[in-house]
Amino acid sequence: MGRYLIPLVLFLVLVIFLAIGLGRDPHEVPSPLINKAAPGFQLPQLKDPSKSFSAEHMRGKVWLLNVWASWCVSCREEHPLLLAYSSAGAVPIYGLNYKDKREDALAWLGDLGDPYVLSASDTDGRVGIDYGVYGAPETYLIDRNGVIRFKQIGAVTPDIWEKRILPLVKELNGQGNK
Amino acid sequence: MARGINKLRRAYLLLSLLLLFFSAPALNAKEAQSTADDPVIEARLRKLSQELRCLVCQNETLADSRADLADDLRREIREQMKAGKSDQEIIAFLTQRYGDFVLYRPPVKPTTYLLWFGPFLLLIGGLFVLYRYVKQRRDSISDSPLSAADHRRAAQLLAPASEKEVP
Repeated sequence: MGRYLIPLVLFLVLVIFLAIGLGRDPHEVPSPLINKAAPGFQLPQLKDPSKSFSAEHMRGKVWLLNVWASWCVSCREEHPLLLAYSSAGAVPIYGLNYKDKREDALAWLGDLGDPYVLSASDTDGRVGIDYGVYGAPETYLIDRNGVIRFKQIGAVTPDIWEKRILPLVKELNGQGNK
Repeated sequence: MARGINKLRRAYLLLSLLLLFFSAPALNAKEAQSTADDPVIEARLRKLSQELRCLVCQNETLADSRADLADDLRREIREQMKAGKSDQEIIAFLTQRYGDFVLYRPPVKPTTYLLWFGPFLLLIGGLFVLYRYVKQRRDSISDSPLSAADHRRAAQLLAPASEKEVP
């Protein structure tokens, strides 16, 4: 009996490891930027390029930075959710229009609606590199001190919004009232 | 007549080869442009980007990938090299943004000990199991010396046929 037990246990351990491996998305690379200061940037605004937008400007606010592009298919999928969350108003959503053409981006917002307080144009993707962006959409939750507290790679889902982002937003907003 | 056609054909072939030869640099011009400006930096870039992973298509190196992001990252690395940054500084720049995952050769640190030393642990474990197994088998073989009767019987069996007693 004992001689069958050892291979059985080894097999079960292997199965457990493989099952965990299957459940993981290899595209979700853990970001080293969590709990680090959000990289500073100064970029022209999408709608009015003569004005600029900088991350430093957002100090003292809890905000979301959503990386999007008109060529990005998952962004289109995510878009209605962002519109709903934006009008609910729990947290201001700012856009980083990543490696996009201005006219395409404007047309996209015109067609689908604009959930963003404003979008900044990162035409050559340099700010994207600073933020470790490797696939739009990506969403960063940044606290009052300009620290990245959460990063979502890929589209935000209702589940993630309810269970991860909203509680964290409440917590971060509460901290400032002390 | 046939020879004349052959000659004509050969001339055509030569002409088209010549044309191809002279037009080739023009076809390559776009690609060559980016590599022409500094061969030292381009060689460094190629070497370094072979050590780095493209985040989009994760089984490709940054050197091989044709993804947009890989282009951008190569541009970034090229610019940093031109600015005089060392390979270490550039790797630090990338790991700060993308984590150790960009490195094809992960660094040795507590979280990667299992990755680096796990195979050796398995090897030692395997050797230990092998040793136990061999030892157990050796112990299970008992030494039972032959009795006098066995000796006589063996000698009889091994004796040449001529000396064998016919029963």
